Amino acid sequence: MGNTPRATRRYSARSPLVGYLLRRLGTSVLLLFGVTIVTFALANLVPGDPIAAALGEGAASNPATVEAYIKERGLDQPLPVQYANYISGLFHGDMGISLRTTQPVADDLAKAVPATVEIALLAIVVSLGVGVALGSLAAYRRGKISDQLVRVFSLIGLSIPTFWMALVSFNFFFLQLRIAPGSGRLSPALAPPPTVTGFYTVDALLAGQWVTFTDALAHLMLPVFVLSLFTIGLLTRFVRTSVLEVLDADYVRAGRAKGLSGPRLLFGYVLRGASLPILTIVGLAFGTLLSGTVLVEAVFAWPGLGSYAYNSATSLDLPGVMGVGLVVGVVYLSINFAVDLLYGVLDPRVRLA
Amino acid sequence: MRKRWLKIPAAWITPLGVIGAVIAITWVGIAFTARLWVPFDPLSQDLPRLQAPGIDTLMGTDALGRDIFSRLMTGASVTIPLALMLVLMSLVVGTLIGAIAGYFGKWVDELLMRLTDLVMAFPTVILAMVVAAALGPSLFNAVIAAFVVSWPQYARMTRSIVLGLRTQNYVMAGRLMGFSPFKTLRVDIAPNVVGPILVLASLDVGTAILLLSGLSFLGLGAQPPTAEWGSMISAAIQNFDSWWIGLFPGLAILTVVMAFNFVGDSLRDIFDPTSQVSRAGARS
Repeated sequence: MGNTPRATRRYSARSPLVGYLLRRLGTSVLLLFGVTIVTFALANLVPGDPIAAALGEGAASNPATVEAYIKERGLDQPLPVQYANYISGLFHGDMGISLRTTQPVADDLAKAVPATVEIALLAIVVSLGVGVALGSLAAYRRGKISDQLVRVFSLIGLSIPTFWMALVSFNFFFLQLRIAPGSGRLSPALAPPPTVTGFYTVDALLAGQWVTFTDALAHLMLPVFVLSLFTIGLLTRFVRTSVLEVLDADYVRAGRAKGLSGPRLLFGYVLRGASLPILTIVGLAFGTLLSGTVLVEAVFAWPGLGSYAYNSATSLDLPGVMGVGLVVGVVYLSINFAVDLLYGVLDPRVRLA
Repeated sequence: MRKRWLKIPAAWITPLGVIGAVIAITWVGIAFTARLWVPFDPLSQDLPRLQAPGIDTLMGTDALGRDIFSRLMTGASVTIPLALMLVLMSLVVGTLIGAIAGYFGKWVDELLMRLTDLVMAFPTVILAMVVAAALGPSLFNAVIAAFVVSWPQYARMTRSIVLGLRTQNYVMAGRLMGFSPFKTLRVDIAPNVVGPILVLASLDVGTAILLLSGLSFLGLGAQPPTAEWGSMISAAIQNFDSWWIGLFPGLAILTVVMAFNFVGDSLRDIFDPTSQVSRAGARS
């Protein structure tokens, strides 16, 4: 097998994209293990008594129960063995039993994930649309009143406590004005559409249930609005900076000299050039969205990861909290990996870095 | 010319910065004096319950008959000093770690930066929530959890600045003159780090307040009966009809965070030359 290394080298030299993707994949997998080490360490090594926490006060005072629990979970084994058990459990979908729901955490989370992803995806689309519009406007009118207004607006967006905004807007639009639908994903009168994707809007469309679709969409509006405020602030600022950078570039000047203006210049030249830094920030913004759902969903009784995290946290259900941390960590890593992939495809320069 | 005690260059005085500074200073003032002048004891429960805002109780009372105005004002003395302390702690630790990683490089750098990668593999609120839940719910543990998630950004920024400067000629000259690593960091490198770190820190005060009140909202920070803004908003979920319970604490958080963000953003204009150009430059 003397020529294997050489073949690999020639292969990766021929296709830097593949090399780049493999390197990124390696980093992501390593970080994934890092994430499991963090949740493992927090669940098992922190001061306090994880056994008492897992069993509850009553059972923990019975030595026989504690003994049995320690044997069953392998807590008398050395730490590396415990970690190996933890990892193999994870691969088998074992994330422990929730103290609050008494169900396996993995089952609970599987039900909760689609609800949150539906909100987060819609929120990122909304934030990106508004953020690009406001950011480009501010960059085009640099130093003018509209630029200042956008700046203040986005700074305020970054300053709003999302959980409070959720409460206030729910109170105002639902309880006072009665224009928003109530909490949850659907009105009580409607049955959920047959599950295909887990997104109620998409599933309702697939099943041809128009009423269910509009109702599900109406229920999405308020949570998405609240969640988007922060990310709009974040994206607006970055779009402004990256658009400003390319506005001075020669190719944009050339486009302008050719007589291009308006949307063609903006979309064909300016935003195309500015899209890469914006892409990186979208990955980051997704993280803040996932953080936001934890603080927002509970207010809207939205049955997603966020409500689950809120309920687990307030009832001190450690396995539940760790499960959310692990799942969100994995989702966040995957999103950023996808962003890296896209980046590598769009910009050949980063493949060599 | 009369020598002034504090000289502020005219370019620093921007509407945004001044508004932010005034609000922030007011809140800090409230934080340190509130206990002396609030009309009611923030913990005593002897007012009528769920009373709407009026003349006696400016912001109404909560479900336990406590004056919300008094709780709000004393709440500033819980959140603001903790947030400032948290930022200071993260700044000192993060900057030191970043400087060490950037200056010494090799395995030290590798080790410390993988540590920051690990923290940054989670969205901040999620990791803070997980850490706080594992440590057990208390305000002290919430600060620890917030610290765990907030030092890496200082380390990253300091490291990248130090890396860029390490090979500069003037730094080399200092080293050839026999400066020790720590003298080099202090004399030649630190002045370049101060500006960006200061901007980051002033913006981070807002983030810290949002994070701490968010953790308290989740029940992982301040415990009852402490008057803390996040947990006051959390209590409002049980009393949806009494809008005043949740409205005012949120406005308090919003104004403080906004004030520090305004100041931080204005500082960025001052310390970041590229954005200064963008401010002066008049384009078509």
